[in-house]
Amino acid sequence: MATIYVDDRPYEVDPAKNLLEECLSKGLDLPYFCWHPALGSVGACRQCAVKQYRDENDQRGRIVMACMTPAMDGARISIRDKDAVQFRAGIIELLMSNHPHDCPVCDEGGECHLQDMTVMTGHNYRGYRFGKRTFTNQQLGPFINHEMNRCITCYRCVRYYRDYAGGKDLDAFASHNHVYFGRHEDGALENEFSGNLVEICPTGVFTDKTLKQHYTRKWDLQTAPSVCAHCSLGCNTIAGERYGQLRRILNRYNAQVNGYFLCDRGRFGYGFVNGDRRLRQPRLLQDGESRPVSGAEALKRTALLLGRQSRVIGIGSPRASVEANFALRTLVGSRNFFSGMAPGEEHLVARMLHVLRGAGVRTPSLCEVESADAVLVLGEDVTQTAPLLALAIRQAVKQAPRRQAMQLRIPRWDDAALNEVMQQQKGPLYIATPAGTRLDEAATQCFRGAPDDVARLGFAVARALDATAPPVRGLSREERAAVQAIAGALRKAERPVVVSGSGCGSEAVVDAAAQVARALGGAGTANLCFTAAECNSFGLGLLNAMGTAEAFQRVADGLVDTVVVLENDLYRRVGRASVEAMLASAHVVAIDHSATDTVAGAEVAFPSGTFAETEGTMVNNEGRAQRFYQVFVPQGEVKPAWSWLGELAQAAGRTELTGLRSPDDLLAALGRAVAAFEGLPERVAGASFRVNGEKVPRLSPRASGRTAVSANVNVHEPKPPEDPDSPLAFTMEGYPQQPPSPLITRFWAPGWNSVQSLNKFQAEVGGALAGGDPGMRLIEPVANGAAAYTDEIPPAFRRRAGEFLVVPLHHIFGSDEQSAVAPAVAQRSPGPYAALSPEDAQTLGVQDGEFVEIELDGGMFQLPALLMSSMTVGVLGVPVGIGSLRGVDLPARSRCRRV
Amino acid sequence: MAYPYVHEREVRMISRNFGDPAARTLDGYRERGGYRGLERAFEIGPAAVIDEVKASGLRGRGGAGFPTGLKWSFMPKAGVKPHYLLCNADESEPGTFKDRELIRWDPHQLIEGCLIAAYAMGSRHAYIYLRGEFFEASQVMARAVEEAYERGFAGRRILGSENDIEVTVHVGAGAYICGEETGLMNSLEGRRGEPRVKPPFPAAVGVYSMPTTINNVETLAAVPHIVEHGGEWYRQWGTDKSPGTKLFCVSGHVEKPGNYELPLGFPMMELIEDVCGGVAEGRSLKSVIPGGSSVPLMDVEDCRECTLCYEGVEAAGSMLGCASVIVMDDRTNIVREVRRMVQFYAHESCGQCTPCREGTPWMTQVLRRIEAGRGTESDLDTLLDMSAQMTGTTICVLSDSAAAPVVSSIEKFRDEYLALIHGGERVEVA
Ligand SMILES: Cc1cc2nc3c(=O)[nH]c(=O)nc-3n(C[C@H](O)[C@H](O)[C@H](O)COP(=O)(O)O)c2cc1C
Ligand code: SF4
Ligand code: SF4
Ligand code: SF4
Ligand code: FES
Repeated sequence: MATIYVDDRPYEVDPAKNLLEECLSKGLDLPYFCWHPALGSVGACRQCAVKQYRDENDQRGRIVMACMTPAMDGARISIRDKDAVQFRAGIIELLMSNHPHDCPVCDEGGECHLQDMTVMTGHNYRGYRFGKRTFTNQQLGPFINHEMNRCITCYRCVRYYRDYAGGKDLDAFASHNHVYFGRHEDGALENEFSGNLVEICPTGVFTDKTLKQHYTRKWDLQTAPSVCAHCSLGCNTIAGERYGQLRRILNRYNAQVNGYFLCDRGRFGYGFVNGDRRLRQPRLLQDGESRPVSGAEALKRTALLLGRQSRVIGIGSPRASVEANFALRTLVGSRNFFSGMAPGEEHLVARMLHVLRGAGVRTPSLCEVESADAVLVLGEDVTQTAPLLALAIRQAVKQAPRRQAMQLRIPRWDDAALNEVMQQQKGPLYIATPAGTRLDEAATQCFRGAPDDVARLGFAVARALDATAPPVRGLSREERAAVQAIAGALRKAERPVVVSGSGCGSEAVVDAAAQVARALGGAGTANLCFTAAECNSFGLGLLNAMGTAEAFQRVADGLVDTVVVLENDLYRRVGRASVEAMLASAHVVAIDHSATDTVAGAEVAFPSGTFAETEGTMVNNEGRAQRFYQVFVPQGEVKPAWSWLGELAQAAGRTELTGLRSPDDLLAALGRAVAAFEGLPERVAGASFRVNGEKVPRLSPRASGRTAVSANVNVHEPKPPEDPDSPLAFTMEGYPQQPPSPLITRFWAPGWNSVQSLNKFQAEVGGALAGGDPGMRLIEPVANGAAAYTDEIPPAFRRRAGEFLVVPLHHIFGSDEQSAVAPAVAQRSPGPYAALSPEDAQTLGVQDGEFVEIELDGGMFQLPALLMSSMTVGVLGVPVGIGSLRGVDLPARSRCRRV
Repeated sequence: MAYPYVHEREVRMISRNFGDPAARTLDGYRERGGYRGLERAFEIGPAAVIDEVKASGLRGRGGAGFPTGLKWSFMPKAGVKPHYLLCNADESEPGTFKDRELIRWDPHQLIEGCLIAAYAMGSRHAYIYLRGEFFEASQVMARAVEEAYERGFAGRRILGSENDIEVTVHVGAGAYICGEETGLMNSLEGRRGEPRVKPPFPAAVGVYSMPTTINNVETLAAVPHIVEHGGEWYRQWGTDKSPGTKLFCVSGHVEKPGNYELPLGFPMMELIEDVCGGVAEGRSLKSVIPGGSSVPLMDVEDCRECTLCYEGVEAAGSMLGCASVIVMDDRTNIVREVRRMVQFYAHESCGQCTPCREGTPWMTQVLRRIEAGRGTESDLDTLLDMSAQMTGTTICVLSDSAAAPVVSSIEKFRDEYLALIHGGERVEVA
């Protein structure tokens, strides 16, 4: 700790930080542009100027940039000094000289850092009397709008996009006051994290194009804390709605999870909430005709199906909340509750949970992955399956070189100097997958092989780390060399992390990752990070559901009268024939937010709310239980799934759900029923929670038009909807100050209207949220004891003539069921394909784009060949969730021929 | 091909081969005494070389005048990390044309200087960063380096010794800012030519993040002579604080503009009148910029007693810079000249720092308005405020350089501004 004096007041500070960070952490207002807590300092904009004095007697002082000056013990600075104040106002004046002043028509208006800083410096009189420079804007694809004239040349965008996110197709062009930030030509930004430009850019250059399609000001959005529903990482988001439409997703900072960033799937995949595939009314299927009916009628019909004599089973869903799944489990009984995951995935999730709840390993948070100094990725194309994990790994590879740089006594925040010292160096990252991945470019070494060979490599690394692990026989020379390199790097690291998951569908790969982690951990615990397919895969996994295949078996065996399917399109899980057999031989009641094929075939369908219209808990890949809150009251008869289940039970005269009338009730019951959830209900801010006796408002005090909106119907101000289920209110009244961290509905502070107001919500700039980061880890390492090694090591992959091993290839845009139908994401999704190595293509005699036919699970699929030079020979990749190839457990062997 | 003008008061040391094409070849250079400095350097060893350079009092000729020997001694001990020597041949300061001549006429002198400096600092690689527009110079330089390699004066085991020093000529793309030392390093690395924030200083983190020393062409050209003859020998010219000789690039309204190598401390008026033949018949001197466009303007009064050495020009209110003496006679429209300079800086700003990037074009436009007879008196305050905002507040000193002529011209030639503002003749400006 050190003491600095700011305008003669002493402050205790961390000397490893710079003056800007410390001033902001102490709640002092100091304007800035080019510095960003996640990007560090470069000292370009010169906005954060303060006066620094040598000592108490120094009266003159000297202007320095706070972001480039260490918070050294004894430092004396003044923010209020006249020269400093004038200088900062002067910088704004200069920045504004070319700015178009188009706030009224700018999407950033009202949440613009440039506006805030302009007001903060007090500059208001324009001295510049000349013409302004103008630029040509670019089409940057479906996500990002470009309006270069507003640029203040702070360089944040390129620093973020290139240095932080590893993007290549955005750069600074030209020089002097004509620096241009864009692509070399029009075209969609290629990086998977481009959406963060919206929050990184302090002005309205890069804005959310999906918001633009139904634009509304920040202050008119009704917002609530939410959790991303598009992969297993559970990034924290703030979802905003107006007039019944979800309009945008913003990042919600959580130092342990997503920090400042989201991926483009998470940010732009919300369109399904407003989509035309939404189910807004119950439907009945009669004589092959599906027709909309009232809730009452649907309930009446279902009451018969769920009656006491009826043999009912429930199929849950990895994309439904734990509350909804638990409600179904409670209704049908745990022995009649099936997970609804694809059988392969289900098996892997169970396996991963088993490993993580065993000894010797620990699942790290994303933040911990970021600070890893060696990473081994087994089998997973993380950029596609768990995007933000890839972003975290891109930071992890900087750890080792940064540590070296810091030996030159370059401070952690000095991004400019670190960049020079680190050059292109990268720390150890090893990737073993069946095909190339986007992260390969950051890797020390990549290894290509069929899942079994990936697993064998992992097992061999475990063996190299610990001689008591079982050996792997028959490795090639290159494999042995790779094993030695990987083991050496992991052993040398202080914080190694092994990353794997269900992405390539292989149990052996998951086991191998666990084996490496155990070998690394020895008596201690090592970091093992798994990813699963969906947002609540782990939450569902913890509910100990029965296997999906058995549900179909029971129906086939005639042991079931009625199946209640919760938010699940079964066609994505098992083969078409199985689903059709079920639909034919049992009464199927589906509850879902969209009209899936399962909904279409169900006898009765109830419209449930999406994540934005309901409240609930999801458990991410870290085992972190996180609550998402309802953003708005949906139109039509849309209700939360658990609510429909309660009504169904009641209509059928069943008592299982009696007394479980809210997510809180369900969570409390869950805490009692399932050990893994013990303690969680107490940690969640439930419906009765109040701050100073008040609820937390979802609307800003500036929300306009509340009284006028429905004046055409009734001039009286309508009563705002009530929210009996959460501590949030659908109004602008309520606790006016900062709510506790899990209930942050928006980032705003007096004078700070942009997302940068986040500084004011953190205990310390760039650190945890005040009061702690939300979420509760349900999976902690077992205190002691070493887990046994498995010796089930698969034999090396052998290709058979004319046959391929078909593996799943994931796509950030297209593979996730919910986001895939969002218009912006759909535009970026690839079409169906069969990816082959050029060698295999030659053997088959196919050219790129020509059709091949594969046979899987009894079905024939014709797909255009895609020549992929990184594809393992003998392996064929098909895109997950894209095209007609669904419900097939992969990897699987298949014949393949040219059509 | 005789060199344009030679004056008997010159001390032709580094410029001794100007106008003598035969000196461009290795043999020609050797015949004229070349590479003896290198031989002596190898004899006395690196530490002694640095001592000689320190003793000579040689100051950097790139503009800042930093003592060269001292700069060299900042380099960490040669160890595991590679060290680099950079020769700054980006010469783009308006009014400066000395490095170009040094390269055109005497490339081996520069190679020798580079080799000695690299050897002294334990560097095995010297880069010569040439300004993009120096087409002829780059050809001459490339040929000379090739010859040096062929003849064992560069590369492996130089002159049969144990010393390996690679020499690479790199041609820039023609941006003034790439002459700023760290901008040059970024450019050499293939990044944008943006100056870096210091610290870290190049001696700790330079090009490719390795310890680096950067010197101007003229600085390095003097080194062989100093090492051959000794530091004390060099001090027979110049003043105590500014020892040695210096090339003066005289341009503007004199009868005989050109490069003149003179001992430092030479009186300015003698340079203008005696050496350069004075301003044209019937004209009178109005202003001098003594050190390239980056330094304050001087009026006649300032010039009268001024001696051309670092301390002399400073005493006269300006800076010696790289000794590019721009002479302006009474025909000169000062506002126009200042505008042209500021416009140059506006164009060459790399665009990182707000004051420089936005301030330089703004000032250009204000100056242009005054020039066109549409200015107001408050424009002068605007210019001065802006200059204050731009001085000492940015990553590199390009910003300060742009402000310097504005401030000094308003101070010294305020009446010219006022004449244009208050209804002087209206001139149309493009
Ligand atoms: C904007 C700017 C441009 C510069 N251009 C040059 C140049 O073209 N040539 C040069 O030698 N030094 C130039 N310098 C000075 C260099 O930064 C550096 O001080 C010099 O190369 C050091 O060499 P010396 O110690 O031998 O003088 C420039 C400085 C600035 C701020
Ligand atoms: S586009 Fe935005 S982030 Fe990029 S430099 Fe301009 S203002 Fe900064
Ligand atoms: S899809 Fe995954 S990585 Fe992307 S924002 Fe959502 S949770 Fe985060
Ligand atoms: S002062 Fe000008 S040229 Fe120098 S770094 Fe800043 S913007 Fe670039
Ligand atoms: S924030 Fe400090 S210089 Fe930009």
